Amino acid sequence: MTTFRLVLKELRERKSQLITSFLAIALGITVIVAVRTMSHFSEKAVAQELDNLGANVLILPKGATVSNYYTADFGEYVMPESYVDDVTTSRLKGVDNLSPKLTEAISLSGQRIYLTGILPKNEFKSKPAWQTADGIFARPEGCGTVVPGSLAKVLGGSAQGGSSTSATRQTVVQELGGAEVLAGSDIAGRFGLKVGSTLPIKGETFTVKSVLPSTGTVDDTRVFAHLHTVQRLFRRGRVVNAIEMIGCCKEISKGLIDGLNRLLPEAKVVTIKQIAQTQLATNTMMERFSVIFLVIILLVGAVSIANYMFANVYERRREIGTLLALGATRRTISGIFLIKSMLLGVAGGVAGYALGSVLAVALGPRIAGVPVLPLPSLAGWAVLLAVVVAVLASALPVSKAARLDPAEILREG
Amino acid sequence: MIRAENLTKRYRRREGEVLALDDVSLEVVKGEFVSVVGPSGCGKSTLLLTLGCLIRPSEGAVWLDERSVYDLAHEEAAALRLKTIGFVFQTFNLVPYLTALENVQLPLYLSGVSPTEQRERANQVLDKVGLGDRLHHKPAELSVGQQQRVALARTLANNPRLILADEPTGNLDPALADEMVGELEELNRQGVTVVMVTHDPRIAARAQRQLRLSEGRMVQT
Repeated sequence: MTTFRLVLKELRERKSQLITSFLAIALGITVIVAVRTMSHFSEKAVAQELDNLGANVLILPKGATVSNYYTADFGEYVMPESYVDDVTTSRLKGVDNLSPKLTEAISLSGQRIYLTGILPKNEFKSKPAWQTADGIFARPEGCGTVVPGSLAKVLGGSAQGGSSTSATRQTVVQELGGAEVLAGSDIAGRFGLKVGSTLPIKGETFTVKSVLPSTGTVDDTRVFAHLHTVQRLFRRGRVVNAIEMIGCCKEISKGLIDGLNRLLPEAKVVTIKQIAQTQLATNTMMERFSVIFLVIILLVGAVSIANYMFANVYERRREIGTLLALGATRRTISGIFLIKSMLLGVAGGVAGYALGSVLAVALGPRIAGVPVLPLPSLAGWAVLLAVVVAVLASALPVSKAARLDPAEILREG
Repeated sequence: MIRAENLTKRYRRREGEVLALDDVSLEVVKGEFVSVVGPSGCGKSTLLLTLGCLIRPSEGAVWLDERSVYDLAHEEAAALRLKTIGFVFQTFNLVPYLTALENVQLPLYLSGVSPTEQRERANQVLDKVGLGDRLHHKPAELSVGQQQRVALARTLANNPRLILADEPTGNLDPALADEMVGELEELNRQGVTVVMVTHDPRIAARAQRQLRLSEGRMVQT
């Protein structure tokens, strides 16, 4: 006989009474695991969607307005390209993505379209001062989902998020040669451009490297070339007229904008408030919902376990009295009931994790509208949580068991 | 062996205070077989549990082998019950979900004996009380007499030097009752001190010495 065996024997003998509290904790964990698993994948999907909304911070030349940016008509408003260096080499937190642009109007077959100069990613890497540039393409903690390094796989149509890829993301491309362009989907349709087509711009011939997927934004009506090519064609020098940024939503409210303003006093930093706030609100709401839900579910499980343990202690008081008379210490009695509640927690946690994962995988696509896979990292947490809840819920009944007066029980006869 | 001095035990009840023991003193020497008789509710069980370190008296002291048991720490008192004292209960108090063998293993388990040795020793004791063929039966599968013998085997597992029996024949028919007292007499012959509480004068008469308790007071017989 060991304490563990004693507990197992009792559990096996009184399965029916155990079933409700086992179900309570198992179902509690089931719901938590299912919600966490689904919300993990749905948050990922939401973050992806939010990414697709594009840049949420704009750095514009002083004097330019957001409407200049949207109409792509900047007139003479420009600022030094070196601002990109300034941001990249600063230690500002929350800068997720950076895309300097210079937009000029050109005429193609008699129609006015926009040529936008962008900086491919290899340019960031080539400058010693920007050796840390990879950092700005890495996502800050809890901000979106795009895996660093796969950000710019737009070329060749392997864009993250399918066809509705972010405008900003699209323009952060890995490589773009001096005589290559990317064509927006509208432009490509209008002029019959395909990969490999040639395009005369300002007396030079450019090859279409890729046709971008449709985004429903002004980007669809643009042609993108290397920033330095555009600067050269229009004899602009090293200037840009907008730097698009994706600021990590949490950091935006924590001083990223102030930091940018201090860093670039000659520029104008604009937050696309609605976008930033949507990102912020969605994340916060999800976090809050999860926490409240979790607490309620766990309380229900805990109350059920406490109730069961109280009943179990009451039912076994003669056994407890006998054990004390035989010479058991109060610690032994506590141990017997604590091991029992821990076993209950482990079993409930394992069952809850398994059931919750199955539920999430089965219901995820219907409820959250996203494909869901089991999250192995939740297994340990599920079991730990269930054990902690079971043990805490049993604390009172266990202490009651240990404090029972054997004489009182044994005299009941 | 055991000495009680001026034991008084008061219980607080909703209807007022109940005096269960009123200035009771007694001494039982090593190797004695003493019975305590008295009507139901006279305080017999309270006296026995007080002698067994289970009820702290309101006043007075209990000395076991010259140690004042209510001055001991909880763990020491538990160890004393485990090693020195064996209880026999009227209702047997067997653990219903354990087999006969496992019930007898309990005191050995509490003493920290290894599971293998627990089984061996429990097996021997059950053999001794004639239940060698009922090792794996649960209490509900045993007759009343067999249950009482399992309880006795459990009491004997740790070789106690003092047996405190609370109405050990209360639930038994006369033949089984005689058998039970016979077992206690045999143990007493082997040197175990026995204090037996009973309301049955016929059974009480089998002890070497009888004490009478009436309304919580000791009456000389």
